[in-house]
Amino acid sequence: MGKVAIIGVGQSAFVRSFTGSIRELAFEGFKEAMQDAQLTARDIGASVICSAPEYDKQRSPAGVLAEYLGLNPQPTFYVESLCSSSSMGVRLAYSLVKSGLHNVVAVIGFQKMSEISSSESQERMGRGADIQWESPFGTMMPAYYAMFARAHMETYGTTLEDLASIRVKAASYGQLNEKAVYRKAVTYEMFSDPANRMAGPVASPLRVGDCCANADGSSCIIVANEEKAKALCKKPVWIIGLGAATASVNLAGRDMFTGLAVAREAGRQAYEMAGVSAKEVDVAEVHDCFTIAEMMAYEDLGFAKPGEGKELIRSKETYKDGSIPVNVDGGLLSKGHPIGATGGSQIRTIVLQLRHDAGDIQVKDPQIGLIHNIGGVGLYGNVTILSR
Amino acid sequence: MGTVKEVDDRFKKFGTVSFTSITKTNDFIDYLENGKVMGTRCRDCGLVFFPPRADCYQCFAGNMEWFEITGSGKLVTYSKLEFAPIGFQDDVPYCIALLDYGDFKVFGRIAGDIPEQELKIGMEMKTATNTLPNGQLNYVFKQS
Repeated sequence: MGKVAIIGVGQSAFVRSFTGSIRELAFEGFKEAMQDAQLTARDIGASVICSAPEYDKQRSPAGVLAEYLGLNPQPTFYVESLCSSSSMGVRLAYSLVKSGLHNVVAVIGFQKMSEISSSESQERMGRGADIQWESPFGTMMPAYYAMFARAHMETYGTTLEDLASIRVKAASYGQLNEKAVYRKAVTYEMFSDPANRMAGPVASPLRVGDCCANADGSSCIIVANEEKAKALCKKPVWIIGLGAATASVNLAGRDMFTGLAVAREAGRQAYEMAGVSAKEVDVAEVHDCFTIAEMMAYEDLGFAKPGEGKELIRSKETYKDGSIPVNVDGGLLSKGHPIGATGGSQIRTIVLQLRHDAGDIQVKDPQIGLIHNIGGVGLYGNVTILSR
Repeated sequence: MGTVKEVDDRFKKFGTVSFTSITKTNDFIDYLENGKVMGTRCRDCGLVFFPPRADCYQCFAGNMEWFEITGSGKLVTYSKLEFAPIGFQDDVPYCIALLDYGDFKVFGRIAGDIPEQELKIGMEMKTATNTLPNGQLNYVFKQS
C-alpha cells in the first residue's frame, strides 16, 4: 500500500460577514486548492464536505456544494465533528484513498456563522455540549474553557499574563496574514486596562482577548494516492500520522481539567503511526479557540511537560524562531474560527510551511509539521502529522 | 374518536431553558420537586451514573435504580459568566461549576448568593434543589 499525500491547499479569506451564499463561500477555498494543484473537477474522485450544520438553512449541504463545485456525478460525503470537522474529513479522505476506492479526494470545509447573532451563536455552540444535563444551566464554550483555565492556573500557577502572552503572539503573526479576520496588534497593556475591550470579562478567568472570533470562511485540502501525487504534484506533502479520539460530552464524565484527554490520545496515536516524537516536530498548528486551549495543547502534545507550557511561551519558544513554532499564521485567535473550515486552514498552513512556500511566516527548513484540531470542549480530538 | 395520548414531557422543567422534554429519566424532575437530586445505579453491575442514565453501557441490563446525591463534594473548577447565551440573559452573572463526589461528578451552578471571591477549588460543597424565578427547576451548589 502506497503513501497518501496532500497535493493542493486553499482557503478563502476569513471574514466577519461573507457577502455571498454558502456554496459561493465554499467555492473560494475549493478554487484556490484546485488552482494550487492544477487540477480540473474530473481529476477529483470524491468530495468530503465538512461543516457544523446548525448554522445553515440548507439541509444536507454536501450534495448542493458538490454540484456547485462541478463535482457531479462523483459521490460526496458529509462529515461533522464540530470544530474539528475538516480534520476528520481529511482522516476520511485518507482512508478512501488508502483503501483504493478513490485516487484523489477533495475535502472542503466551510462555515457561514454570520447568518445568526453572536448570542444565538453562543447558544448553538453551547449545544455542542450536553444539551440534556449541561445546557439548561446556561453554558457556552468560553465558560467551559474558562473552567479548564481556572483549574490550570490553580494547579500549575499559570497566570493571566501567560494567557495574554499567547494572544499577543497570535496577533503578532495575524497582522501578517491577509486572510485573517483580526489583523491588529494586541499588547499586554490592552489586557491590563479595564477600559480596553480586550480586558472585558466574558467568563472568568477568560477575557474578550482570550477568545477567538466567529468568522465566515472555507478551506480545501486535496488528498491523493502516491501514484497520483507523484504524477500531478511537484511538492507533495505526505500524511504520515493520524490520530482521533472522543471523550465524555458532559464534564462530569471527565477526569482531567488541566488538559484534554482527546488531544493526548489523538497525539499518542499520530506520533506512533508517524514514528516520530514531539521533539521531532518542526512546526505546529494547534486549536487555540481560547488562549488556554493553546497552553493545554503545548502540554497535551508533549511540547512541554504538564504544567510547563507557561515556560514555553515565556521564553518565546513557540514564536517563529523558537524551538517549536506554534500558530505562526495567527491561529484561530487572529484568523477567526469558521467551525467547519478551521481544520483545513490549519492543515493548509502546515503544508505551505513544509513546501517552504509560507512567505513572511516561513519557519526555517521544517521537515515535519503537526496539526491539532479539537471539536467541542475536547469532545473530539484530531492530530495530523505531515512530512515533506 | 381516538383518545389523545398524554405526552410525558416532564423534563422540559429542567433548568432556565430545557432543550429536552422527553427522556426515560423524567422521574429526575419529580425527585427535584421533592427536594432530591438523584443519580442512577445499575442493579446488575453496580456502575453509578451522574448525570442519571436509563441504560447501562457496561452490562446492557436496563435494570437501574435511583440513588440520592447526599453529603458533600469537592469543587473541581468553576467560571462566572458575564455574557450569556440567548435565553439566559436574565440570569447573568452566574457561576457554573463541577463537584467531585468520588464515584461521580456533578455539573451545575453555584448558588446565586455565594460571591465568586468566596469560591476556592477544593472546598466542600453540597448539591441542593432550586426553583428558578421563572418557575423552572434545577439544582445548585451551596457551602457545606
